[in-house]
Amino acid sequence: MDNLIPVLVAVPLLGAALLLCGGRRLDRVGHLLGTFLAFASFGVGLALFFSMLGRSVDQRPIHDHLFTWIPVNGFQAEVGFQLDQLSMTFVLLITGVGSLIHLYSIGYMAHDEKRRRFFGYLNLFLAAMLLLVLADNYLLLYVGWEGVGLASYLLIGFWQHKPSAATAAKKAFLVNRVGDVGLSIAVMLMFTTFGTFAFTPVFADASKATQATQATLTGIGLMLLLAACGKSAQVPLQSWLGDAMEGPTPVSALIHAATMVTAGVYLITRSSAIFNQAPTAQLATVVVGAVTLLFGAIVGCAKDDIKKALAGSTMSQIGYMVLAAGLGPIGYVFAIMHLVTHGFFKAGLFLGAGSVMHGMNDEVDMRKYGGLAKYMKWTTVTFGLGYLAIIGVPPFSGFYTKDKIIEAAFGHGGTEGWILGTCAVIGAAVTAFYMTRVMLMTFFGEKRWADDADGHQPHPHESPKIMVIPMVLLAVGSVAGGFLFNWNDSFVRWLSPVTGVAEGNPPLNPTVIQILTGVVLVLGVAVAWMMYGRRPVPATPPLGSLLTRAARRDLLQDDFNHVVLVSGGSHLTRFLVYLEGKGLDGLVNGIAALVGGTSGRVRKIQNGYVRSYALSMFGGALVLAVTTLLMRAVA
Amino acid sequence: MNPVNYLYLAALLFTIGAVGVLVRRNAIVLFMCVELMLNACNLALVTFSRLHGNLDGQIIAFFTMVVAAAEVVVGLAIIVSVFRTRHSASVDDTNLMKL
Amino acid sequence: MTSTGEAVQFWVLAVIAVGGALGMVLCRKAVHSALCLAATMIALAICYMAQGAVFLGIVQIVVYTGAIMMLFLFVVMLVGVSSADSVKEVLKGQRVAAVVGGIGFGVLLCAGIANANLHAFTGVGAANEAAGGNVQGLASLIFTRYVWAFEVTGALLITAAVGAMVLTHREATEVRQSQRELAEQRVRLGTQVTPLPAPGVYARHNAVDAPGLLPDGTPAEISVNPTLRQRGQMRQLGSDLLRRMGELEQSTAGWLGRKAPKPRSGSELAHVEQRGTEQRGTGQRESEQREVESK
Repeated sequence: MDNLIPVLVAVPLLGAALLLCGGRRLDRVGHLLGTFLAFASFGVGLALFFSMLGRSVDQRPIHDHLFTWIPVNGFQAEVGFQLDQLSMTFVLLITGVGSLIHLYSIGYMAHDEKRRRFFGYLNLFLAAMLLLVLADNYLLLYVGWEGVGLASYLLIGFWQHKPSAATAAKKAFLVNRVGDVGLSIAVMLMFTTFGTFAFTPVFADASKATQATQATLTGIGLMLLLAACGKSAQVPLQSWLGDAMEGPTPVSALIHAATMVTAGVYLITRSSAIFNQAPTAQLATVVVGAVTLLFGAIVGCAKDDIKKALAGSTMSQIGYMVLAAGLGPIGYVFAIMHLVTHGFFKAGLFLGAGSVMHGMNDEVDMRKYGGLAKYMKWTTVTFGLGYLAIIGVPPFSGFYTKDKIIEAAFGHGGTEGWILGTCAVIGAAVTAFYMTRVMLMTFFGEKRWADDADGHQPHPHESPKIMVIPMVLLAVGSVAGGFLFNWNDSFVRWLSPVTGVAEGNPPLNPTVIQILTGVVLVLGVAVAWMMYGRRPVPATPPLGSLLTRAARRDLLQDDFNHVVLVSGGSHLTRFLVYLEGKGLDGLVNGIAALVGGTSGRVRKIQNGYVRSYALSMFGGALVLAVTTLLMRAVA
Repeated sequence: MNPVNYLYLAALLFTIGAVGVLVRRNAIVLFMCVELMLNACNLALVTFSRLHGNLDGQIIAFFTMVVAAAEVVVGLAIIVSVFRTRHSASVDDTNLMKL
Repeated sequence: MTSTGEAVQFWVLAVIAVGGALGMVLCRKAVHSALCLAATMIALAICYMAQGAVFLGIVQIVVYTGAIMMLFLFVVMLVGVSSADSVKEVLKGQRVAAVVGGIGFGVLLCAGIANANLHAFTGVGAANEAAGGNVQGLASLIFTRYVWAFEVTGALLITAAVGAMVLTHREATEVRQSQRELAEQRVRLGTQVTPLPAPGVYARHNAVDAPGLLPDGTPAEISVNPTLRQRGQMRQLGSDLLRRMGELEQSTAGWLGRKAPKPRSGSELAHVEQRGTEQRGTGQRESEQREVESK
């Protein structure tokens, strides 16, 4: 039973290999095969889960050493898997939500001629993500990490005939590289410090850190944070996420809900032993999380593109998770808990958005929706349930998980706790605002439909069953998840053996915090209703305030990157080129010119006239004779 | 008269020959100048033989003559074949070795 | 110290030798240079004999002056007897540098000789007598102590001879044409079927270089040897000469009892003269062209 772990990874990997190498033969069954293998992987995951439940708590983590990858003296790169409660959670989330997205894609991609390849990439994505969460050492994790990067690149740029998609894929890949550099440096630091990358010995060594290794641990922590920022789209490496919406909608759902962006949170949680010993890295993490949760929320408020609004929301929600993970043992569990529930409702929201687009001729501008509730009942209901979950209305799942994070933020204590808690609460209010905005603009109000580019009038209709079923299942998850996890603190008890748990000491009573959150929630919804529910929504966006305009441009993230990195880089390059051209080349060319010029002059001596050479010889003989005579005279 | 004068004469002839080699362009005249230089050497050798009172100097002069004869034969053959191809006996015309 | 006789002989010979050497360097024509060198060599030969090197003196005259210098002359004739150096020096500063360097070298040599610590001259008389004569003395040295060098010299001479033959050898690439074939070819080409006209022969001088006259009194260029033509040495027949010929014929007409030819008009003579100058002009142009090519 326990040696089923490699099968988890192997099944989707086999699917990817079959679908990508199989050729046209598999065109007709490719999607079914891919979906079946995803579900098979989920089945294996479930089997392992129940097997794990059957064991006592200290027997639950299992290891499976496969083989030694690079056996060098003093450098042993092992391929081995570790399945503990944390990995198990991720395995179920990835395979479960991933399978539902596979199922949805069968409907969504039904008319795409590259469907087989799409399912191959999806399977590859699952395999890489599973490898990432199952690895028992950082090097193998890095392999999965890069695999996820590759798969996201392939999927975001899946419609590479669109220049915007190709650019977005490149952007995602490049920004992720920055984070990858961080992870590779962290792994190298780990190896030089501890002599191994395997989790168990590294964490054992890290937890008994001395003063000397403290600084190294801080360095490793910061580098891991950089890596997490890259994958999880946290400030300052957040810019790829919005553009990643160029991919097909199921891809967005997969990236945002179950895989990819959760990898950063997983990395931080998995490395809790390191972060616990590096307060500076933890502080950086909470700052990143707090900034990102506000950043994403503000961006989400201004976007008219439904997918980009949801992307901003994802950024913000991941910000919550990173914030919670940065808080240490008081937050790890809630970070993962929020991650799981977020996986459900965000996947549901994205699939809902995809369903809306499916019915609206791939229109993404919410200002051209309106009044769709009448035409898409299932979508409206599932999307609405996801909406209630994300804004944290009790008793939907977001309420349980997000409130825990806000409590933990306050529980951090001191001024920091107040600041972080306030940020989290403001984030909750803004989340309520922009999600209500999305909801109202899409499903309620008047019809503002416009003909598409080809002049077709949109005929909004409910999506086929194969797309609706996953949405329903995910909606069930978003409704019940939080309640189930909090039942008798089941999730905390489940995960705490891995991450540890601690009670914060919030300056306010938890009930007060819940009331406060509820108030701002109502406030956010009310403002949104005032702006978008009561008044008709203009079909063309009003100019808006300076902040709105900035937020529409993703708070100038690309402009910032362009000014600071691109122009700065190009100026630096130009300066270096100038230096190279005038300095080094000048030196080299100068020497060459000197030699060339001298040779040109010396060359004239070789004029081909024998008599001239004879004269030289004669002169030489003369000089020799004079020298000899002088020497003799001196002697 | 001191027989050293023979040496002065030899030096003078050698110098004239050397200057001739440098100044003249006709390959044949050039060769003649070389011959003159060789002859000057021979005179010096004969004088040295007289100075030392043995015949070795004369022997060397004799060998010089033989070598000069061989040199003239080959040199003139070269001049003739060059003249055949280039229709000129001027050494300045054979300056293809330059860049 | 030498005898007065030898001193007189030395000074006479030295003057001849240096004069010959200078003449060789300064003469423009290779033939003159060769003759000057021959004079120098003979003077040197006598110097050898005066110093007791009788055998070398004889060899110098027989081999050097007799054989080698004749070889030189032979090649000079082969290559072109009049191919004189032009006075213009091509290489900038070569002449001045050569003369200055030469003077410096000469002064240096003389200074070296003057400063040399030479002991008294022994003279080779004793050595010659000890062997029973100069020839015997040389022979005994050559065939004993220097026999190895002697053998090597033999090899050198053989090599030189073979080398000379190889260098001057021309590969026959086609079958030599017989006289019959040449005649047929000449007829086939049709340019000049008859033998070439003879050059004009006048009693006044040896006139191989004077072209024969065609019936109309114009000079026939092909009657002159092509070598002379190429060198531009063809004698130009001026109008003066033609007029005097006409006068001669007229004056002898009565005496010979035949009708005197009509004296040519001035314009005709002028025409002939013009053609003559034209010819000269072409000849000069050709030679100039050759000079340019050679540069």
